[in-house]
Amino acid sequence: MSFVEVRNIFQSYGSRPILERVNLDVAKGDFISIVGASGCGKSTFLRLLLAQEVPTRGTIRIDGNDPAVEPGRERGVVFQRYSVFPHMSVRENIVAGESFHRCWGRFYGAGKKQALDRADETLNRIGLAHVADAYPATLSGGMQQRLAIGQALVARPRILLLDEPFGALDPGTRLAMHDFLMELRAQTRMTVFMVTHDLEEGFKLGDRVLVFDKTRWDADYPDNYGATITYDFDARNGGIPFQDIMEEHNVLLSA
Amino acid sequence: MRLINRSPGRPAALVLMALPFVAVLAAYAIGSEVRLAENPQDKLLPAPAQILETAIRLFTEGDRRSGRILLWYDTGASLARLAIGVGIAALSALAFGMAIGMLPYARRTLNAFVGVISMVPPLAILPILFIIFGLGEVSKVALIVIGITPVMIRDLSARTLEIPREMIVKAETLGASSAVIAMRVVLPQILPRLIASVRLALGPAWLFLIAAEAIAAQLGLGYRIFLVRRYLAMDVILTYVIWITLLAFLMDYALRLLSRKAFPWTEAAL
Repeated sequence: MSFVEVRNIFQSYGSRPILERVNLDVAKGDFISIVGASGCGKSTFLRLLLAQEVPTRGTIRIDGNDPAVEPGRERGVVFQRYSVFPHMSVRENIVAGESFHRCWGRFYGAGKKQALDRADETLNRIGLAHVADAYPATLSGGMQQRLAIGQALVARPRILLLDEPFGALDPGTRLAMHDFLMELRAQTRMTVFMVTHDLEEGFKLGDRVLVFDKTRWDADYPDNYGATITYDFDARNGGIPFQDIMEEHNVLLSA
Repeated sequence: MRLINRSPGRPAALVLMALPFVAVLAAYAIGSEVRLAENPQDKLLPAPAQILETAIRLFTEGDRRSGRILLWYDTGASLARLAIGVGIAALSALAFGMAIGMLPYARRTLNAFVGVISMVPPLAILPILFIIFGLGEVSKVALIVIGITPVMIRDLSARTLEIPREMIVKAETLGASSAVIAMRVVLPQILPRLIASVRLALGPAWLFLIAAEAIAAQLGLGYRIFLVRRYLAMDVILTYVIWITLLAFLMDYALRLLSRKAFPWTEAAL
């Protein structure tokens, strides 16, 4: 049995179908990139994985558990924006990742001291130790996303969902974030789903690349049919040629 | 250069800031001068010097009968009513605003109701308050509470709804319960808005306070103004009006300062 199991998902808003007949099996530790045109339902699919929405039909199970009805600790998430708490310092944001499931959302006494120490360790690992006491608004976009990913990971989710996490970053920062994410992934072997607009990014980071599109198209009523997974690429190194070109024959180096 | 792109330097800005104040004072002084020259007994526009003299007397000399310095007693009574009224309004607005903003059940139940209630003109129900609560302190405090709470609830519930959904979902994925989200995510982000809301509500709060005091009270700034009106004591009225304005301004300033000191993250930016 696969780790993440998506069975025959349909999702419609009112009478308008967004997704239809989506089936997917994902092994533990896989990095899944999800790409597709705007409005193809890839963000809807991520919200379903997150359990922020419940599908009209079908089920999503993680590790065989019952389908979730609301977001919880099984799923970690990083959005393009608003993924960290602006009223907490960087360190408090990391501590929040561990403490929010507790009764008052806080640590007390010795537990607090240990949590702060663990948070400092995490900050060291994600390279934010020097801004531990700053507020997120004073950080650059890349640092804020690094904080958001770190915060999501200290909560130890079963799967990590990334909704265009690097969409608002400049190209240089984006490359640095790719390295950062790959490094974290190598350490944690986390199962990751990432929605992205950027095909190159999807193939570079992902083990598999899923493409969402409509298989049926009504020229008179474009809203008539929903989208589904139309391609499922194996994007691991040595997979499809496109990936080889990207990884081993960097155009800029050979020029 | 376009007008919209021109801005004054620092000295010019200070002069410009002072200009309307000076203009009003000068206009008053001239008007007073003209009227007094015509009729030294004129009571409508007392000379600035006379107002100052009256002000010093009001602030320092006791009442002939009781020996109490009435202005301070008036100030104390009015500020107590204002503080209790605004305090109750702020706390209930915070509780209801957060509930409406966070809980769909509370929103469905209360949103329309609060919307309708906030349209009731508070002064129109002042007689009802006097009938129910008598002429004592309760009816005055109640008028302030009823007058400003609905608008504050609407403001705070709207601000709560403005908190990005992503942030709430993020807290959920960290395992936070509704209570933890309320206390650790929503409340800290709403408190600065509460202070802003209180600052805006202070104007109406003063209005309702003075209206209630004018109708029935034995002490209070509004009571005094409406009392001495009978004697056409413009110097006393003007002193009180300036004093009230000063108090209101100081409160507003203190709240702004508090907001900046207590919530440094609101001003944090790259």
